[in-house]
Amino acid sequence: MMRRRTLADREEVLAGAMLAPALGYVILLVGVPFVLAIVLSFSNATAGSLRFEWAGLRNYAAILADPIFLRALRNSAVVTIGSQVLVVILATAAAQVFRATFRGKRLARFVLLLPWAVPVSLAAIAWTWIFDSTFSVINWTLKAAGLLHGWLYWLGEPALALVAIIIVQAWRILPFATVIVLAGLSSIPQEIVEAAIVDGAGFWRRLFQVELPLLLPVVAVAVLFGVVYTATDLGVVYILTGGGPANTTHVLPTLAFQRGILGADLGQGAAIAVFLLPFLVVVAVTMLRLARRAEVGAR
Amino acid sequence: MTRRDVRRALKRTGLYAAALGFMLFAGFPFYWMLITAFKQNRDLYVGASDLSHVPWIFNDPPTLEHVRLLFGQTDFPRWVLNTLVVVVAVVAITVAVAVPAGYSLARLAGRWGERMGMGIFFTYLIPPTLLFVPFSRLISLLGLQNSLGSLILIYPTMTIPFCTWLVMGFLRSVPWEIEEQAMIDGYSRLAVILKVAPRLIMPGILTVVVFTFTLVLQEFVYALTFISSVDRMTVSLGVPIALVRGDVYHWGALMAAALFTSIPLAIVYNLFIDRFIQGFTMGAVKG
Repeated sequence: MMRRRTLADREEVLAGAMLAPALGYVILLVGVPFVLAIVLSFSNATAGSLRFEWAGLRNYAAILADPIFLRALRNSAVVTIGSQVLVVILATAAAQVFRATFRGKRLARFVLLLPWAVPVSLAAIAWTWIFDSTFSVINWTLKAAGLLHGWLYWLGEPALALVAIIIVQAWRILPFATVIVLAGLSSIPQEIVEAAIVDGAGFWRRLFQVELPLLLPVVAVAVLFGVVYTATDLGVVYILTGGGPANTTHVLPTLAFQRGILGADLGQGAAIAVFLLPFLVVVAVTMLRLARRAEVGAR
Repeated sequence: MTRRDVRRALKRTGLYAAALGFMLFAGFPFYWMLITAFKQNRDLYVGASDLSHVPWIFNDPPTLEHVRLLFGQTDFPRWVLNTLVVVVAVVAITVAVAVPAGYSLARLAGRWGERMGMGIFFTYLIPPTLLFVPFSRLISLLGLQNSLGSLILIYPTMTIPFCTWLVMGFLRSVPWEIEEQAMIDGYSRLAVILKVAPRLIMPGILTVVVFTFTLVLQEFVYALTFISSVDRMTVSLGVPIALVRGDVYHWGALMAAALFTSIPLAIVYNLFIDRFIQGFTMGAVKG
């Protein structure tokens, strides 16, 4: 027997009431600040006073004429692209290893996932110690193996410091990417792989002509998150080099922090951070297209 | 041995070598934390150009002096406490806000639920490094600068979008029939939500709690922006920023702190990894 419908049965009312707090939070504390970030970039706001005035494109003109900013922009691109190329290659290889069964796999998986679990700031401080100019274990090992004759000042030379940053970023993203590619591998229909084997395809042909094309959407997801995590990361560079030596290794987030927060020039800090947007727009658009394709594919 | 056996053996060897290689790359910094945390200073601070001193092993007996320094003479215990306070508050806010929202989108909102859920999820992609400038102003307007309250207010902006999405995805895998049956049995829609649904969503809520816990432990950017007093810092801010006194790095204590923070996180991650991945791949991978 059905009860009479009451207010407690009106789905649209309940839906709205349950969604409202989340929507409110997101609109007030993500949407509004997001708009404010862009508005501030066109203003002369400073941390000291609450008043600010429209400054037009002055902040943008200032940073675009600033070699430190241009260098930071380039570094952001180099670090993001470099680390993600490394991650895609390593993650595809690691996924091939970890889909096989072997003794000690659980332990190996646990260790592989460690870099993802550790807070980025603590990982960065550990790497700072590993790259230390006097005590670097990497230098000791290279020297002991007879591969290094001079000395590597990892965080003291701009080019080498960028290499170090790329290594740390790739190290940090690799577990995440590997797990995603593994999830993708396990969702490839077994019949397709078996058909390829029956047709006489060897390991490499199977990898490049059957599996990788099918994996493309999944690898794309891994890369997209990798790009977001790397391009927008502050901690690694802030702790490893602090943007030094002589402001040569800044990336957009560290420079925005230095100008906007430490230097109290909110307008310029906001303008620098706005240059992260193109990275994010590309990511968001690609994600949407992938999600739509997955929706269509599921039908 | 036939040629086939040889090839098999080679393949197995290659597999183990590759697995070992990945383990070394991923795990080496943690080994380095471990060995640094328990080495005596005279074993620790030997220049790397001295090839006769092998840094990879304990050349002198291990010591607890760095651990004692960390817990006895630094603010580390205080940071742990601060972090726990923030974790509890942010978990409470996130569960209270994201779980109903996820339920609403999955079960009540009908066709536009999916779209809206994706819209909320995308705000997760807006990074702290884009928002810290306006937030620094907002936080000082609210008078929350240099307080844990600032973190408690702002961290849910990262956890709510992701967790709403997680709960929504989770509910899609929970059959609708149980709730439907309860309604046929005479429960109102609201009574179903209050009495039946919580039991069904419990594993989803657990994932939300774990995700929030890990995110709060890992966050660095907002903490760096809002908090300036050493005694109000969280672990992930205090260790790299305040354990370094001027130019003096207490590497033993630093690495001990990094190690002790990483261990619980690593265990939790291992248990919940598959749930997180389902959230990230957004249906691009059908499990």
